This record gives sequence, structure tokens and C-alpha cells, in this order.
Amino acid sequence: MKTENKAVDINRNIGDFHYKVDYAKDAGSGLSEKTIHYISDAKEDPDWIREFRLRGLKTFLEKPLPTHWASKDLEAIDFDKIRYYLASGDAAKRTWEEVPEDIKRTFERLGIPEQERKFLAGVEAQFDSEAVYSNIKKAVGEQGVIFVGSTEGLKNHPDIFRKWFGKVIPIADNKFSALNAAVFSGGSFIYVPPGVKVKHPLQAYFRINAENFGQFERTLIIADEGSEVTYMEGCTAPKFETTTLHSAVVELVALKGAKIQYITVQNWSANVFNLVTKRGLAHEDAEIKWIDCNIGSRLTMKYPGVVLKGRKARGEVLSIALANNGQHQDTGAKMIHAADETTSNIISKSISIGTGRATYRGLVHVPKHLKHCKNNTECDALLINSTSRTDTYPAITVRGTGNAVQHEASVSQVSAEQIFYMQQRGLSEAQAMSLSVNGFVNDLVRQFPMEYSVELKRLIELEMEGSVG
Amino acid sequence: MMNELRVENLHVAIGDQQIVRGLSLAVPRGEMHAIMGPNGSGKSTLAKVMAGHPDYQVTKGKITMDGEDLLALEPDDRARKGLFLAFQYPSEVPGVTIANFLRAALAARLPEGEELEATEYYAKLYEKMELLGMDRAFTSRAVNEGFSGGEKKRTEILQLAMLEPKYAVLDETDSGLDIDALKTVAHGVNSLRGSNIGILLITHYQRILNYIVPDHVHVMVQGRIVRSGGKDLALELEERGYDWARAGADEPVLTR
Repeated sequence: MKTENKAVDINRNIGDFHYKVDYAKDAGSGLSEKTIHYISDAKEDPDWIREFRLRGLKTFLEKPLPTHWASKDLEAIDFDKIRYYLASGDAAKRTWEEVPEDIKRTFERLGIPEQERKFLAGVEAQFDSEAVYSNIKKAVGEQGVIFVGSTEGLKNHPDIFRKWFGKVIPIADNKFSALNAAVFSGGSFIYVPPGVKVKHPLQAYFRINAENFGQFERTLIIADEGSEVTYMEGCTAPKFETTTLHSAVVELVALKGAKIQYITVQNWSANVFNLVTKRGLAHEDAEIKWIDCNIGSRLTMKYPGVVLKGRKARGEVLSIALANNGQHQDTGAKMIHAADETTSNIISKSISIGTGRATYRGLVHVPKHLKHCKNNTECDALLINSTSRTDTYPAITVRGTGNAVQHEASVSQVSAEQIFYMQQRGLSEAQAMSLSVNGFVNDLVRQFPMEYSVELKRLIELEMEGSVG
Repeated sequence: MMNELRVENLHVAIGDQQIVRGLSLAVPRGEMHAIMGPNGSGKSTLAKVMAGHPDYQVTKGKITMDGEDLLALEPDDRARKGLFLAFQYPSEVPGVTIANFLRAALAARLPEGEELEATEYYAKLYEKMELLGMDRAFTSRAVNEGFSGGEKKRTEILQLAMLEPKYAVLDETDSGLDIDALKTVAHGVNSLRGSNIGILLITHYQRILNYIVPDHVHVMVQGRIVRSGGKDLALELEERGYDWARAGADEPVLTR
């Protein structure tokens, strides 16, 4: 167990601590059909889910690693050493008092119960494979809003769950969505009834505690006609010498006129491979907005997307990636226009520090037969050191004559003269760097909800402090 | 110990080129000194070296502030201890507003754990902006981004007014200003004069000295001071030119 010297531990690196926990349910290391059956038995899956998992395993084993276009670093993942399912075997608690002491302490150190009291409509907390806590404010629950872990969603709301599960992101979408299909556990299940506008955000917190572990949450959010919801997720893990794998699948469905805003602020430690598939389906006049902030991890590959299926649907991805020494943020966005008058907007900002590398990959697709579609793509990169690296791979296919597309990209560097100027005003080199980085992301961060922009600025400051001088 | 910004027998090189060659100067707190010199005389180099720019090597001599060795300090330490440089070409700080930039600079001067009081801060900021004829909306513009020459110089003086240093070096603060802007900037500088601050004004032209009247004038040629005198020296120099200053130097000046 880590030291209890809180002053040192919490200030420097909020997530870097872990507790020894006895897991009643442990699928062991490595992946085979046996692993799948262990998980299905432990979770008391219905048959169709067990079959879904087995198909996922088969697809995962068949598909090669995408090293022909992505980083070779993927080869460093030893799938035989990963532990795919770890849980206490208890159902998620409805009050913090009922949550086991060690786990509660973890979330208290991360400030979760406090945030719930302050501004959230509901909270779910996942510890390794399963939700340990989930609660929704009474008034929100009474409006018919469902907010539970995916295991509970499947059990208690099978009709809605089955109707949409796996429909936005098929098993075979990519190797890691297939892996998630095979071993998924945890994540949120949300249903918002027609016309209900959830005023405050629902938040989920994903915590990896165990070493050599893989977290595979699966989130499904359905906003019924004319409803609105904001969902926020935060993630942390302690620093281990060995690799940790996080491979989530998130599916969003916004029915006619609905709005979903999905916010991620992740602060993974540098041993985490973060390989996540996120996609939303926007029906007529619906709006899906991804706000995605990627800090930390060894390698992140994540390209949130929106399929604009109904007329006048809108999709947006606002993303910030910060690649520190030795890290690679391979992020971007996908916008698939599939109806007339659909609009999409992508704004991506990346910062590379030291030997950090940020890659933007975008895919915008507007087929020939569509009319009056619009896309705007902006990607800006900031390089801090001469060893920092950035790459941009925008793939924009817009066919037909009645569609408009706009693309801008820029690369800038914090110059020595700028740092000297700021130092002459009394700022240390680290403060000057940190302020420059905040200035770079400022216009984007202003569009985020308050609580998250404050949190993000603080995380950037911590990253910069650790990386300069 | 005198309260002064003091330069003694300073030699500065960039690469193997000597730019400052044995310069000595003392600006006591409460006084305004002007350095005049032709292009290439090393005036801006002197300003940057005082502030600690990493591109220059001091090969000989020293710089002290109230007796403390400045050359041993990082640029940000020098600034927090009370040295301010108004840049000839101020850098842009993209995305960082003037309000946030100055707040961060002031916060960096507070002891750990203390915070800036927001209402007081803005009251002071608006007061100083008024003094410099700046619109309040300016506070939300990013530092120097897309500013005209005059706006940049005014912003430098605004920072000087807010940070209240013990010594300020104004590097060609008059260059690129039209007569109205020059008057406003001069008015701002004059209003900051007092017994708490020593100012070293570096300029190429005599023009600004019609509006900011110095206590002492130094003429710098080829990396050293060749003449010093009262405010009238500037007028004499204007009349007779730099060749006169060179020729009448107390000791021979090296020519390249």
C-alpha cells in the first residue's frame, strides 16, 4: 500500500495511489473461451450476451493489430498477462456509507462524493470491473431517467438495453471493440424518457486499482425524443511498472430532436494503453456533442464519431490532447453524414511536450446524393520542445455539389522569446509554459461547462510543472 | 549601500562579437536617466542583458540592483525582485488575455498561499488603463496579439504601472509611435515617476525627451558611454550629431 503522506501524494499526482483489495471474482490472466464463460457465469449473463461475447472473442482473435496504420507500440501489449475481470461480487451500492471502506477511501481521495453533493444529478463509480456505487437524485429518478451500471441495466431494463446495445458500434468495428464485446463489464446505462431535460450532469468515474489489469467498460446512452442529457466521465489509475489496458466502447443514441453532450476528462498514468471506441447515432434534428480531453496514458487511440442519420442532425467533437514525455495521443474524430442538411464541427487542439507525440486523425464523409451538408474541421497543434512531434491525417471526402466543407490546420511553437518575455514579468519558466498552454486551449475550454474547465486547467498546470526544469 | 541600479565595466558578447565594451552607469532610485545612441551602439543589448536574456554572454563586469548581484539571478527572479523591462519588440502571448497575464504576474510576487484580491486587482487595472487612455475592453484581448505598434507600447507601460518595479528599463518605448500616442505614453511614464522608482530610458531620438525630461543623459556609442550630462546634453547632441559625441569622448573609442 502507498504511503498515507497526503500532502505529497495528492498534490503531485492525484490518481497515483492504490489499495490492496481482495477480489471474490477473478477471471485470472489471459484470454480464452474459458475466460468468457467465467465472466458470463459471474455476471449471470443471459444467453444472447454470452453468445455476443463469444463472437467478440472470435473476431478479436481473427483481426490483426492495426499496426499497418497505427503505432507499433501496440505490440507491447501482452494479452496473455492481462487480467480481464476483477470484482468483489457485490451489487453496486446506493449510498456511500454502504461502499466498502478501502474503495470508499479511494473515491474520497479523488473528490467524488464531494462533487456529487455540489453539482451532479447522479453518480456512478466503477472500481476495476464493476460499479461499486450508483445513485441518481430522487427528483431526476422520478422523471423516469434511468442511470445504472451496464450490468444492472441489462438485468433490470432488458427491453431498452437489447434494442440498442451493439447497434451503433458493431462487434467487428475494430480489434478493440471486438475485445470489449468479449469481456465487457461495467460502464453506464442511461435512458432519458421523451421530453425530459436533465438539468445537471450525470457523472461516472472509472478507477483502475489492480495491476496487470484490463478495464472494459461498455456505456450505452439513449436520449429519447426531445430529451437532453449531459454525461461526464473521469478516469484515473495508479502508476505501475507493468502495462494496464483500458478498452471501452461507448454508444450514444439521440432520437428525434434529442441532445446528448458527452464529456471526458481522463488523466491516465503513463503505463495505460487507452484504446477506446466511441460513436453516436443522431436521428432527425438531434445533436451529439463529444468533449474529449486526453491527458496521460502511454498510448491513446480514440476517435469519437457521430453518424448523422436524420435530416438536420448535428455532430460536434471538441478535443484537447496533451502528450507528455514518452506519450502518444493518437486522437481525432469521425463524422459520417447520412442525411440532408446535416452539419458537423470538429475542433481539435493538441499539445506535445518533450518527446511527446500528438496525432490527429479525422474522417469526414459526405456522400454524393446528399444536399446542404456542412462540415468544419480545425486542428491546431502546439509544440513545446524541439523533440516534440505532431502529425495530422485529415481524411475528408465530400462529394456532390450542394455541400460545404472547411478545413484549417496550424502548428505553432512556444518561442524562447515568448518565454523570456513572460519570465521578465516574474513568471517562472514552468508557469510561463503552463500559461502559454492554457492560452492555446483557452477559446475551446471556454465552451466547456465551468466545473470541467477549472479541472482541466488544473490538470494542465500539474502536467507542465512536472515536465519543465 | 546605495539604492541604485548599477552597471560596472560591463562587457557583453553574442557569439564572438563584442557588443558592449566596458560600460559603466548608475541609476539611483528616484531618478530618470536617458541613454541616447545611434543604431548598433548596443543599447538594446544592454537592456536585454540587464533582464537576463539567455542569448548574450557577459564576459566581464557586473550589474547590481540595490547591491545585489543581478547576473547570478534567473530572469524571473530579477523581475520579482523589482526589475522591469519595457521591450522594444514585445512578444505575443496567444490566447492569454491582458487581465489574466497581469494577474498571473502579480500572483507570482505573492508569498505562497496568498491570493490576489480580485476586486482590488480590477479596480487598479482599470485606473491604470484610464491613465493610459486604454479602453476597458482591452483587458480581454490576448497580450500583444494583433496589436498596433502604439497598442503594444501602451501595453508595456500598463504592465509597468501594474507591477510597480523598483527599476524600469524602457527600450525604445518611443519608436513607431505617432505624436499623439507618444504624448499619451509620455504622460503615463511621467505619472509613474517618483522617489520609489529609478528609470532608464533608452532612445534613438531626442523627440521623446521633449515630453519626458530626464535628470541625466548618457550618450552611448559602440558599446560604451562616451558622454554624460544634464538634460541639455540631449539638445546639444541633436544639434551637433553623434560624430561630435564620438570625437569629444573622454577617452578614445574603439572603432570597428
